[in-house]
Amino acid sequence: MMASESKEQYLAAYRQTQSHVAKRVPAWLSDLRAAGLASFDALGFPTLKNEDWKYTNLEPIAAQSFVRANGEAKNLSASDFVARSMIDPTAPRLVFVNGIYTAEFSQTATLERGVVVASLGEFIAANDATAASSLGCYASGQHQPFVALNTAFLEDGAVVSIGAGYCAERPIYLVFVSTAAGEPVVSHPRTLILLGAGSEAKIVESYLGLGGGRYFCNTVTELVGGPDAVIEHYRLQQESDAGFHVSALEAHLERGCNLTAHAVSLGGALVRNNVRVTLDGEGSRCVLNGLYLADGKQHIDNFTEIEHVKPRASSLELYKGILGGSAHGVFNGKIVVHKDAQKTDARQTNKNLLLSPNAMVNTKPQLEIYADDVKCSHGSTIGQMDSDALFYLRSRGLGIEEARSLLSFAFASDVVGRMKIESLRQRLDDYLVARFGSR
Amino acid sequence: MLDIKGLRAKIGSKEILRGINLHIGAGEVHAIMGPNASGKSTLAHVLSGRENYEVTAGSVTYLGKDLLAMSPELRAREGVFLAFQYPVEIPGVSTTYFLKAALNAVRKHRGLEELDAMEFLTLIKDKLKLVEMDQVLANRALNEGFSGGEKKRNEILQMAVLDPALALLDETDSGLDIDALRIVAGGVNALRRKDRAMVLITHYQRLLDYIVPDFIHVLYDGRIVKSGTKELALELESKGYDWIKSEVAAVH
Repeated sequence: MMASESKEQYLAAYRQTQSHVAKRVPAWLSDLRAAGLASFDALGFPTLKNEDWKYTNLEPIAAQSFVRANGEAKNLSASDFVARSMIDPTAPRLVFVNGIYTAEFSQTATLERGVVVASLGEFIAANDATAASSLGCYASGQHQPFVALNTAFLEDGAVVSIGAGYCAERPIYLVFVSTAAGEPVVSHPRTLILLGAGSEAKIVESYLGLGGGRYFCNTVTELVGGPDAVIEHYRLQQESDAGFHVSALEAHLERGCNLTAHAVSLGGALVRNNVRVTLDGEGSRCVLNGLYLADGKQHIDNFTEIEHVKPRASSLELYKGILGGSAHGVFNGKIVVHKDAQKTDARQTNKNLLLSPNAMVNTKPQLEIYADDVKCSHGSTIGQMDSDALFYLRSRGLGIEEARSLLSFAFASDVVGRMKIESLRQRLDDYLVARFGSR
Repeated sequence: MLDIKGLRAKIGSKEILRGINLHIGAGEVHAIMGPNASGKSTLAHVLSGRENYEVTAGSVTYLGKDLLAMSPELRAREGVFLAFQYPVEIPGVSTTYFLKAALNAVRKHRGLEELDAMEFLTLIKDKLKLVEMDQVLANRALNEGFSGGEKKRNEILQMAVLDPALALLDETDSGLDIDALRIVAGGVNALRRKDRAMVLITHYQRLLDYIVPDFIHVLYDGRIVKSGTKELALELESKGYDWIKSEVAAVH
């Protein structure tokens, strides 16, 4: 199937949805969806000719026909996903099955003061003004086909809102389970995270595939950090071997806002993560930490963009990948320093460890600097295991396999060690130990 | 304990060791001195099994066994320890974690029971005192962001924990201020033992003010050109290496 034909299935699905539910949907939402569909229709699926997608062939996604989710939660129990999703089972959480909010698995009874965590579906049903005024303002489908597609089918997802001055001490978990049983299912979850001035929160999005079948999770998160807000955002992606995953995190930071966004990609057949942070306030700061582990024939593409719009903002980015088998990793780190963004401090590092001769990685820093008083640095490495480090460990008595395991573990654990949620860090370390066979 | 006979080694096509003969007995401390690029560090690395170097001739017998036939890890388990001139930084793994894994690999080889976390903690606490190192530092990623002195102290800590029979200290004094040097030397002196030999590789006499060797050898151009007792170091200090160089030139 050609990409242009495969687009048709989404246009047809959209028309069908319209005729069924148009009456129950507020006008702002039908307008938003229509705009999303129009953008997707105009853009289509990106091809390798598109500079931002040149290393990632989307044909497998474009060529596959998918159906929307329909009540798959019935055969599921919490034990199927709680441990694997690495969440703290006692913490507040929203659970989505194939993109649809599932109340029976969710826990929102014990939210702290000033903290709102609810499904987007509820906000839409209530015709909520905040959702109406925020959705689509930060993630625009105009140039991003998958955001456009998500917007066209926007229906459910999560809303996390922290009132000005409030601090959510407990992490908030958003779990997105794809069941991948039966016909290939597509889901388009949409998350809205709003942090008031001086507020603080830790939010974990955990994506998980259960069955062995094909599916496609196309998720979009819009995050708005008010002045001086402090946010730790985590994306943990463990789709199944046959799962397709495209994500977008669109973060908009105001004056003095501090965002740390961790992105861990462990699963999926074809994965593309888009992260865009707009430092739209003086003295705002973002830290992007990424880890991607790929094996077999996995393809994992991380595309990050940091827009320095206002002066004295800083960004610190570290993405690390370990690639084995004939896996393919991609890192694209774009930093744009706008004319007014004087005194910008931007540092970017991408490191890749190749464990097999057939594994491959493309890494591409992209700096566009329009201000003259800035500090910007970038560096990337692609390499086999460091022979000096291997010898150092062996000279202390560790066997060569044990030394290799330890170095792979250490390479990945370096990123995990930067996470502040201890229980998640511990679970990820355990995962790494099991994966690399160290200890 | 260690018998080196006619040892020659090269890296790429460049011959660095050109026939080393050296006998080291148990309990002895030998210093190997020499100008830069004379082959001192190469000797240490060849003895600990670095694969970049190719041994082209000669033999090394360690406790009656053929050392050159052993892998680096087997040498370590058999009791050879190299304190690196440039210890490697390994982000993501703590000194404590790494050292426990190393010690247990060594203990297993020696037929001893592996230590659990608590037993290891007790052991390392004791050894940390020896090099005046804080527990906090040992819990940090291995050598990452450590100062020069901290890295060298970490090397001596590892030596103390792994309990080697033969310790090779490669320029352990280089880049140290006097306080760090005193601490490192103090640690080394405390580890001197009747059944443990040590080889100090150094460019400077200064280290030998703190660790007094039994024998001193001068390595020049891949050969040991002069051997003596500790007085030789003083002679080198006053005359410099040029004296050795001209003496060697006169012979050839």
